[in-house]
This record gives sequence, C-alpha cells and structure tokens, in this order.
Amino acid sequence: MADRPARVALFTTCLVDQFYPQVAEATLRVLDRVGVRADVPGGQTCCGQPLLNDGFPKEAAALARHFLRTFEPYDAVVAPSGSCVATVREFYPHLAQEARWRERIRSLAHRTYEVSEFVVRVLGVERVQARFPHRVTFHPSCHLLRGLRAAECARRLLLGVEDLELVDLAHPEACCGFGGVFSVKFPEVSRALLEDKLADAQATGAQLLVSTDAGCLMQLEGGLARHRIPLRCVHLVEVLGQP
Amino acid sequence: MRPTSAGFKDASARAVHDPALREAIVRVTGSLGVRRAQVTAELPHFDALRDRAKRIKEHTLAHLDRYLEQLEEAVRSRGGHVHWCRDGEEAVGCVVRICREVGARVVAKSKSMVTEELELNRALVQAGMEVVETDLGEFVVQLSGDRPSHLIAPIIHKRREDVAELFSRHLGTPPDAPVQVLTAAARAHLRRAFLRADVGITGANFLVAQTGSVVLVENEGNARMVTTRPRVHVAVAGLEKVIPRLADLAVFLPLLVRSATGQRLSVYVSLLSGPRRPRELDGPDAFHLVLVDNGRTRTWLDPDLREALQCIRCSACLNVCPVYERAGGHAYGSVYSGPIGAVVTPALAGGRGLLDLPFASSLCGACRDVCPLRIDIPRMLVALRARASAAPQARWERRLARLAAWVLQHPTAYRWASALGRLGERGLRRSRWLPEPLRAWAQARELPRLSSKPFHRRVRP
Repeated sequence: MADRPARVALFTTCLVDQFYPQVAEATLRVLDRVGVRADVPGGQTCCGQPLLNDGFPKEAAALARHFLRTFEPYDAVVAPSGSCVATVREFYPHLAQEARWRERIRSLAHRTYEVSEFVVRVLGVERVQARFPHRVTFHPSCHLLRGLRAAECARRLLLGVEDLELVDLAHPEACCGFGGVFSVKFPEVSRALLEDKLADAQATGAQLLVSTDAGCLMQLEGGLARHRIPLRCVHLVEVLGQP
Repeated sequence: MRPTSAGFKDASARAVHDPALREAIVRVTGSLGVRRAQVTAELPHFDALRDRAKRIKEHTLAHLDRYLEQLEEAVRSRGGHVHWCRDGEEAVGCVVRICREVGARVVAKSKSMVTEELELNRALVQAGMEVVETDLGEFVVQLSGDRPSHLIAPIIHKRREDVAELFSRHLGTPPDAPVQVLTAAARAHLRRAFLRADVGITGANFLVAQTGSVVLVENEGNARMVTTRPRVHVAVAGLEKVIPRLADLAVFLPLLVRSATGQRLSVYVSLLSGPRRPRELDGPDAFHLVLVDNGRTRTWLDPDLREALQCIRCSACLNVCPVYERAGGHAYGSVYSGPIGAVVTPALAGGRGLLDLPFASSLCGACRDVCPLRIDIPRMLVALRARASAAPQARWERRLARLAAWVLQHPTAYRWASALGRLGERGLRRSRWLPEPLRAWAQARELPRLSSKPFHRRVRP
C-alpha cells in the first residue's frame, strides 16, 4: 500500500453532476468517513468518454488536456465511476500524442481511482462504518469489472456494511446494455440486455439494485420505471454513505 | 464479400424478436463457454501460453515478409506450388484455374472461412464444377443456400428440426429423423463425394514457415479425407496464418482448441507438407498453397488495426459477446461476425460496414478478456468509430461533437449549458416531442431526469 495521498480531488463526472448530485455528496461523505477530505475543483466538466466512444478522439484529447489542467495539482483523483476512470487510465495515454503531454497524462492517469478501488486498494480500508438493513444485489459496471478489475473492491465494501444482506446476481458479469452511444444506436439490442439484467436482479428477491456507474444507473432505472418493477436502484456510495 | 444484410440495426432489431434464434445460439455458445472455462482453468500455465502466443504473433507480423518467403521456399522444396493473390478476384481466379488445369469435375471442400470470404464456391460452380462442402455444418449451409453465422459453428442459428426438414428434401431421410439418422445420411452422402472428388480444397489454421506445413484442426475427419483422397490438394489461406516454427504449435494448438471448442485437443490435427512423396502410400499428386491478401496488407499497414491479424478464429469472443448472442451472426452481414467480425469486416473490405459494425458493441470488454491472444477489440472498435465519424453522413455529429468539446473545456460555458439544458428539458416535457437520440433512448426505457440542482451548484464555488 502506498502512502496516504495528501491532496485528494473529487472528480464528480458529468453524469453524476447533472443527474445524480446525491452520489457526489455521498462520495464526499464516504471519503470523509475514512479520513479523506476531498477538494472539488471548480473547473471540472467531463472526461470525454462520450466523445471518444462516438468517434471523436481529437475532441476527447482536448478534454483530456482539460482534465489534466484541472486535476494535475492533486496527489489522487477519485470518481464515483469505473467507466470514467477507465477512460482516463486506459485511453488518455493513447490520446496524448505529443511527448510534453504524454508523461504528465500518464502520471495523472495512474493516480486517478474509482472510489471503491481507492478506499480498498489505496487506503486499505474494507469497512466504512455504514449500516443498511436491506437485502441488496450488486451489478458491477463492465468498466469496473473488466476495465479496472476492481469490482471485488466494491463487493467487499458492500459486504462490510452492517446488517446488509448481499444476494449475488446469477450473471453479475453480463453487461446491462448501456454502452453510451450503443444504447441509442441499437436500442432494441440494448433493451434485450437490459431486460435480462432486470430479470436477474428481480430473481434475487433483493429490495435494492446497487451499481457503480451513472451510465448503468440511467439504463437500469429507466428499465425499472418502464416496466414498473418495484425495485430501487442506487449507487454504491449511497449505501456506503448511510449513517 | 457481398453485403447481405440491410445493416446491423435492422437485422439485429429483427433478431432480438426471434426467441428461437436466441435459444439456438445460447445452447451452443453457452456450452462452448462453459467447456472453455473448464479446460482453460485446468492449465496452470494457460495465461503464460497466451503471453507467449502474443509475442510470437507480434514477432511474426513484424517480420511477415521474411516468414512468408521462408514458407514459400519450404513449400517449393517439398514439391508444392505457391500462389500469391492480391485480392479475392485473383485468388478465386487462381483456384478455378488450378481446378480447370487438372480437369476437375468434382471439388470437395473442408471448412474454411477464407473461402467463404472469397465466395469461392460460387465461382467454381459458375466454372461448371460440382462443389461439395464436407464439414457437416457447412454442408447444411450449402444445401440450404444459407450463410454461416458463427466462425466454428456455421449453423448455430438452425435447429435440429430445420436440418431434418432439409435432409428429408435432399437426402430422403424421414422428416422427423433423429440426429443419428441425419448424420449417418450426411456421412454416406459425403463419403461418395470424397471418392468422386478430383480436387480437395481446404483452408489452414496455421502455416508453418520452417517446414512449409499446412496445419488443419478439425473434429469430423473430413479435412483429412479431402487432403488425402483427391489427386490435388489446394490450401487457401490468409497471409496472417503463418507461424515461424513447428514448435510454435505447442503454444497455438492448445490455445486454439481449448478456446474454440473447449476440448483438450481436437479429434484430428493434420500437418500436411507438400504432395505425396515417392514411397508414400497416400496423399495428393499435387499441392498448391494459395496465399490470399485481400485487404490483409492494408490492415497490416494500419497501426490501429494490425493487431486484428493476430486472430486465430477461435470464436471465443463471439461466445461471450452479449450483442452477438442477441443479434446473431447474420446481422453482421459478413462471414466474420461477432466482436472480431466487427473489426475484421471493415478492415479487410476497406470500410464496408464501417458506419454500423464498429458501433455494434457496448464496449463491455468481455471479448478482450476471453481472447487467447488478448486482442484489444474494444480499442480497435473505438479506432474504427473515429473513421466512421469522418464520413460525410456524420456531418452533423461532427459539428455537435466540436461544440460539445468546446463547451466542456470552458467551465463557464458548461454551467450555462447546464442551466439551458434544464430549461430545454422542461420544454420537452411539455411538448411531448423528442429529438433523436432521446427518442431512441425512450423507445427502450424511461428518460432520466436532470437533477433540479446539479452538484456544481451545490458546492462552494
């Protein structure tokens, strides 16, 4: 385990900023509980993943530089999103063609973390003093699971929550069908993936479906509402941030 | 490759509403996936094999010219002929010429994706020859005038009943015949084809530069029949199939077979090096290796896509892909379907399918995880998307992307856009009209609501 980073920034991510501000608040609460006071740099916007995945690497590279300008002074950057962090870590180094950016971006990418990954792997904490007396099931986002290989961190934090009963999905590794631009280019296929995921979640008998990415939340919530399924969907930090 | 689908969007949307198709696909990909997981987990050094294979492929591709020349030399020294073909037309012309020169009337084929890519059968039939596919799945494809929908399970989309009905029409089996009767009928039919065939055509799983050997991996024994009984053996293979040494098979065979069918070893592995030699009892009188480029050099020259040439066509990525599972192979409009097909199709055909195939993925990364060569398929899909976005059709998307990038680089503009977005949302909710892509979203699920106060307005400035 590395030294505790002195200066930590919260990267809200654009979707959380716009749709799930309570997730950003819960992230700050969770970090506070493990003894980390995170700054929220005012200039932050978006990591650029939607642009990159829609085929606009040049525009995404401009946002990578903006990300660098915003977060470079920090020892660690923490975001409540495996997907955005995977973009920073996997794709930023490819986007920065010029040598003067490359080293700085690579270095920042290495100290950018998804929140559960940060708590478990950097701080070495597995219990965050939360109590949540409910039966929940857990959908790890693909980018947390296979991109960052940190889904286990999120699951361990959930297991550390007092009175929480975790019922695993039959197919936790299956994509929920969001995929950004994919969800609107091929809504039929996206829906087919979504409906299987929701059926899997329902079969667990859980009261709550916990996930780790705003993209998955939008997709899962949208599906639950469309089919009037009595299951609530929350972000991991909303559970971990419980008193 | 001739385009056959009305684009991935329509074809996949239709497939999603075909529960029988999904069931047929899952039955095969599910069991292949389970067996793959079992037999790869039992090899403690499987990941080391993957790394080794990756290094060999990288090395081979870096020195492709040298290894291809070594291969040619080795094949020639064993009495075989080597033909270099720039594109599909040349390759097809070459095979047809070889068949004509030996007066072939009947040609027996074993399973080969590259000949599907070249649509070789059509040309041979047009040249007046009878062509018989001898792999059971490909035989069914041929009888039904269909196209393969999976790299190694070409009729994954068909049910047993479909085959029974087909065979009852063509081979005279009872319409409700059980599988054993069907396979026995195919076997009897194909056996006659082996005996009648003048030329046997195969693909190649690997070409060994050191020895000039064609390596064929199969389970039915038909490839062995096709390469031993007829007078002439023609192997058709893409340039990327070459590996340096015979010893490299110790790495690639377990990777391929375990990833593909979940077997420890396939029932047959044939290493064929040139035609029959003087004191040998069987084998063809003549051997031809047709080396096909058909877009491979272009792919090789492309730094973003060269990695696609490492693919050994095991199909593991198809079997784990959630999109392939719902869309089926035909939706890709190419003989190469699934995640690797979405890369290889536009790469080889110089952009065909470019506007939809690279987007036919949620980028969930399951393909990259399972690939024995660790091919970074999501990275290549994203690279191809960048080319699609340069197409004339994407003019408006380009403008929007530039505008979005500008706004997102200017925090003040972002805050203004955020406020405007809330006004716009209110207007849209009242009007009940939705612009794309919101309409596409709402087609499948409810729209998310913007929070009344975004987070950046909740924290101190």
